[in-house]
Amino acid sequence: MNKTVDNKGWFFVLPVVLLVAFNAIIPLMTVVNFSVQETFGDNVFTWAGVQWFQDVLHSDRFHSALGRQLLFTGIILAIEIPLGLAIALTMPRKGPWVSVCLVLMSLPLLIPWNVVGAMWNIMALPDIGLLGKFLNAIGFEYNYTRRPISAWFTIVLMDVWHWTSLVALLCYAGLVSIPDAYYQAARVDGARSWAVFRYIQLPKLRHVLTIAVLLRFMDSFMIYTEAVVLTGGGPGSATTFLSIDLVKTALGQFDLGPAAAMSIIYFLIVLVLSWLFYTLMMRNEET
Amino acid sequence: MARISIENLRQSYYPNPQRDEDWALKRLSLDLADGGAFALLGPSGCGKTTLLNLISGLLKPTEGRILFNDHDVTEATPEQRNIAQVFQFPVIYDTMTVYDNLAFPLRNRGVGEKDVDKKVREIAAMLDLDRTLSKRASGLTADGKQKISLGRGLVRSDVNVIMFDEPLTVIDPHLKWVLRSKLKELHHRIRRTMIYVTHDQTEALTFADQVVVMKDGEIVQIGTPIELFERPKHTFVGHFIGSPGMNVLPCQVAGGRVTFAGNVVEAVNTKAYRGNGKKLELGVRPEFVHFAEKGIPVEIVKVADAGRFRIVETRNSEGKINLLVREGRDIPTQNVRVTFDPGHTQIYEDGWMVN
Amino acid sequence: MALELKNVSKRVGAATHIHETSLVLEPGTFNVLLGTTLAGKTTLMQLMAGLERPTSGEIWFAGHNVTGVAVQKRNVSMVYQQFINYANFTVYDNIASPLRVAGISAREIDSRVNEAAELLRLSPMLKRRPSELSGGQQQRTAIARAIVKDSDIILLDEPLANLDYKLREELRDELPKLFAGRDCIVVYATTEPSEALLFGGKTATLFEGRVTQFGPTSEIYRHPNTLTSARVFSDPPINVAEVRKVNGDIILGDKVKWKVGRAAQALADGAYTIAIRPHHIIPTNGSQEKATIEGRVLVAELSGSESVIHFDMNGQTWVSQSHGIHPFEVGSTAKLHVDVDRSYFFDANGALVGGAG
Repeated sequence: MNKTVDNKGWFFVLPVVLLVAFNAIIPLMTVVNFSVQETFGDNVFTWAGVQWFQDVLHSDRFHSALGRQLLFTGIILAIEIPLGLAIALTMPRKGPWVSVCLVLMSLPLLIPWNVVGAMWNIMALPDIGLLGKFLNAIGFEYNYTRRPISAWFTIVLMDVWHWTSLVALLCYAGLVSIPDAYYQAARVDGARSWAVFRYIQLPKLRHVLTIAVLLRFMDSFMIYTEAVVLTGGGPGSATTFLSIDLVKTALGQFDLGPAAAMSIIYFLIVLVLSWLFYTLMMRNEET
Repeated sequence: MARISIENLRQSYYPNPQRDEDWALKRLSLDLADGGAFALLGPSGCGKTTLLNLISGLLKPTEGRILFNDHDVTEATPEQRNIAQVFQFPVIYDTMTVYDNLAFPLRNRGVGEKDVDKKVREIAAMLDLDRTLSKRASGLTADGKQKISLGRGLVRSDVNVIMFDEPLTVIDPHLKWVLRSKLKELHHRIRRTMIYVTHDQTEALTFADQVVVMKDGEIVQIGTPIELFERPKHTFVGHFIGSPGMNVLPCQVAGGRVTFAGNVVEAVNTKAYRGNGKKLELGVRPEFVHFAEKGIPVEIVKVADAGRFRIVETRNSEGKINLLVREGRDIPTQNVRVTFDPGHTQIYEDGWMVN
Repeated sequence: MALELKNVSKRVGAATHIHETSLVLEPGTFNVLLGTTLAGKTTLMQLMAGLERPTSGEIWFAGHNVTGVAVQKRNVSMVYQQFINYANFTVYDNIASPLRVAGISAREIDSRVNEAAELLRLSPMLKRRPSELSGGQQQRTAIARAIVKDSDIILLDEPLANLDYKLREELRDELPKLFAGRDCIVVYATTEPSEALLFGGKTATLFEGRVTQFGPTSEIYRHPNTLTSARVFSDPPINVAEVRKVNGDIILGDKVKWKVGRAAQALADGAYTIAIRPHHIIPTNGSQEKATIEGRVLVAELSGSESVIHFDMNGQTWVSQSHGIHPFEVGSTAKLHVDVDRSYFFDANGALVGGAG
C-alpha cells in the first residue's frame, strides 16, 4: 500500500537492520567466503571455486547424513503434527482447567535442549534408567549405545516429548478462535464430530498448521544437541544428522572449506523445502 | 412442524443465582402456534437470544420445560429437536461449494444422493442461488452467505422450526429489503414456524404475525404489529416500537378528566382509571399528534427531514413532544398548537396502560 | 479552513478504489458520505485523514497543500464502527489521552474532559473501564475522545452500525447537536439513506468509487442528478422502469398510460427511464395521484404504522410504501396510485431530464 511518506520511519528501523546484519548477513557472507576458498588458518586463502561444493555433493557421507536427516524429520512431523492436533482437540476450552493445561503443556518448551538430552540419557540407561530398565524388563532388547534402532527410538521420543506441546499450543490457539456459531450451526445441521473436524476445524486451522509444520520442519532439520548428548552421533554414525556431520567436518577435521560449502547446501535445502511447502499451501488457498 | 410451548422457563448463567439480576430470563411462559412467524424484539441484554438458544437446544434451561407438540424436549439436543438456525454472522463451510453446503444437513442424515440433488436444486431456485451452485461458498457476498445459511435450514423438509438470530446485521440496507421480503415470501410459501430475534423494530414488525417484546429477561407484551403500534401496554413498548417512539408525558387525572400542562386531553382509557397509581403518564405516538388552530401551545425546537415525512420536535413546559408531518404538508411558524388524536391517546399508571 | 480534494484518485494494484474526485468541505459543516459497502467511503476518509496517500491529485487544507503530510501532523480524529478504546484506561483517561499526548496542563485537561463527558452523558461513568460499559457508552467514550481535542476534521466511519436500533436513534439525534457551533469539518460515512436524511447537512452519494453528487442533503434527495444518485439515496430501493413519451402521454409497458404531468412536460417525445420513490405509489387515491397501476402482490409487510407492498410490475419487483394499514392478499392484484408529479425522468445516459419533487 502506498502510505503517506514519513522518513522518520527509516530511523526507527535502523537498529533492526543493524542487528540483522550482524546476526545473519555478515556470518553468512563469511561462510560464503570460506566455501569458495582453501585455507589452513593464519589467514592464508587460495581460490577453490566450486571444488568444495562438488566434493560435498558427491560424498557418500553427506548423502547418508542427508538421508538420515530427511528420515528423522519425516518421522517426527508424522508423529508431532497429528499428535499435537489431537491433544489440542481434547484440551478444555473453558473453565478452571484451561490454565492448568496451558502451564503443563508449556513446561517441556521451557527446558533447554542439552538438559532434555541429559534427562533422557539418564532415563534411558538400560541398567539403571527408568525407561531403559522397563523396556528391557518387558522383553525388548534396548540399548541405545549399541543398537541404532534404540538410539533412534530414544531421540525421536525425546523430540516428540519436547516439541509436541508447541504444535498443540498453536493448534489450541487456532481452535479457540473459531466462533461458537460454527459449532452451533454444525450441531443444528446434524454434523457428527468427524464432520465438524473435517469441515470446520481443519479448514480454520489451515494457517496455524502451516506455521506449525514449517517451524517443526526447520527446527528438526537442525537437530544437534540431543543426539550429541545421547550418543555423540552413534552408535557408529547411526544418528549422525546433517548438523552433527557438519560440526565433525568443521571442528573435528578442521576442513573449513567443505564445511562452509556444506553449510550453504544445508541452508539452501531448508530454504527451498520451506518455500515449496509454503507456496503449495497458499496456492491451495486460492483455488 | 410444531407448536412450541414454553413453561415457567428460567435461565441463569451463574451457578447459584440469588438476586433478581442474576437471571437472564425470569420465569417465562409462552405459546407459539404451529406455522406462525414470530419475532422476539428487545434491546441488547433483554434475554431474546438466550430464549432463542433455549428453544433451539443450544442451551439447557436452569428451570422449566419446553414442549414441541406437547412432547417434552427440554433435554433434547438441537439435532433431536430438528430445528434450523441462521446466525448473526453468516456461517458457511468454507471449503465446500454452495451445492455441498446446502446438501450437508441432508448427507449428515443419510439421505440418498438422488433426493439430495432434487431438494438442493429446489431450494437453490427458491433462494436465487441456482446459478452459483458450483462456486466455492467462501467467495460469495454477505447476503449470498446468509442465503446459504437459510438454505441449509430449508432443505430439510421435516424441520420443526427455523430460527433467525439477527440475520440482517451484516447486510447493506438496499439488500436488507430484498432479503427481508424473501423471508416473508418463503414463510408464506412453506408455512413453517419461524422465530426471528432482533433489536430492530422495523424487521420485527414487517416479518412477524406476532411480536414478543422483551425487557430485562421478561416479556412485556405479545401482540400483532398493529396492537403493539396502536395499543402499547407499557410505555417501554411505546418507546421501543416506532421511530421516533411514543411521546410519554406527565399528566393528571381528576374527576374523570385528563389534563396535560393545564389542557384537557381525551384518552381512550380515562374511564378505566380508578385512581391508585403513583406516576401517571399520557402516551401518544408522533403519528397521532397534529398541528391545530386550537390546542396545546408548544414551541418548535427542531425539524428533521426524513423524506416521506418530517419529524418535528416541539417543547412546552412539561416536556418534549414529537410529531410527524407528511411530505408536502406545512408546518406553522406562529402560534403553534398541537392536538392529540383521542382514539390513540392512552393513560399509563406506573408505566402500565390503565385498563 | 476548508478541506479540498483536487482530482484525487486512489488505485491499489489494478483496482481503482477512488476514481478522480474533487470535493470541497467547508468548516462547520456536517458531511455525510452515503453509499453501499465497498462504494469507497472508508478509502475516501482515509485519504482525507492522511492515512492513505492519493495515487494522483492533491489534498489542501486551509490553503496549504497537505498531500503526503502524515496523519500525526494533521489535527484529525476518527471514530470507527468497532468500539475502539484503551481497554486498561478508565473512561476519564480514555477521553484525556489525546490531550495528554498534546501536552496540555492537567487543569485544562480536567475541565475539557468533564465538558466532553457532560455532553455525551458519561459523567457518572468516568471512573469505569470500557469493559464495564454498554456498547452505546463505549461508543460515546470513543466519540468524546474524538471531540475533546478540538480537531479540525472529525471522521466518523459508520459509528452507529454496531449499536441497537434505539441507541442508534438516540445518538443520531445527539450527534449534530455536539458539533453545532464548532467550526470543525465533520465527515460521517453510512450505508443508510434514512440516516443521511435525518442528519441534514450535506451529503455526497458514492457509487463504485465515484462521488456521484454532493450538496445539501434534502436537495440531493429531491433532485438526484443521475439515476445512480437516485438509487443510492433511496430506502426502500427506488422503482425504475423504461417508459415512452408519446403525444402528451407517458406509456409504461403495453397497459399503463397516463397524461404527462409536471415532471415530464418539457420533454421531447421518446424513450426515458422513470424512477418513482416507493412512498409515491400508494393504495389510496389522494389529490395529487394521476396514474393508476396494477400489479400482482408478492409480499405485503404491515408494520402497524405503515404498509410495504412488494408487487410485480412487468417482470420487475416494485415497492409501495404507505402510511396506515392496507392489507393485500399475496397473489392478488393490487391497484395502486402513482404521484406522477414527483417522479423522475432520466435520459439514455442516466442524467436527470425531468421531474424533481
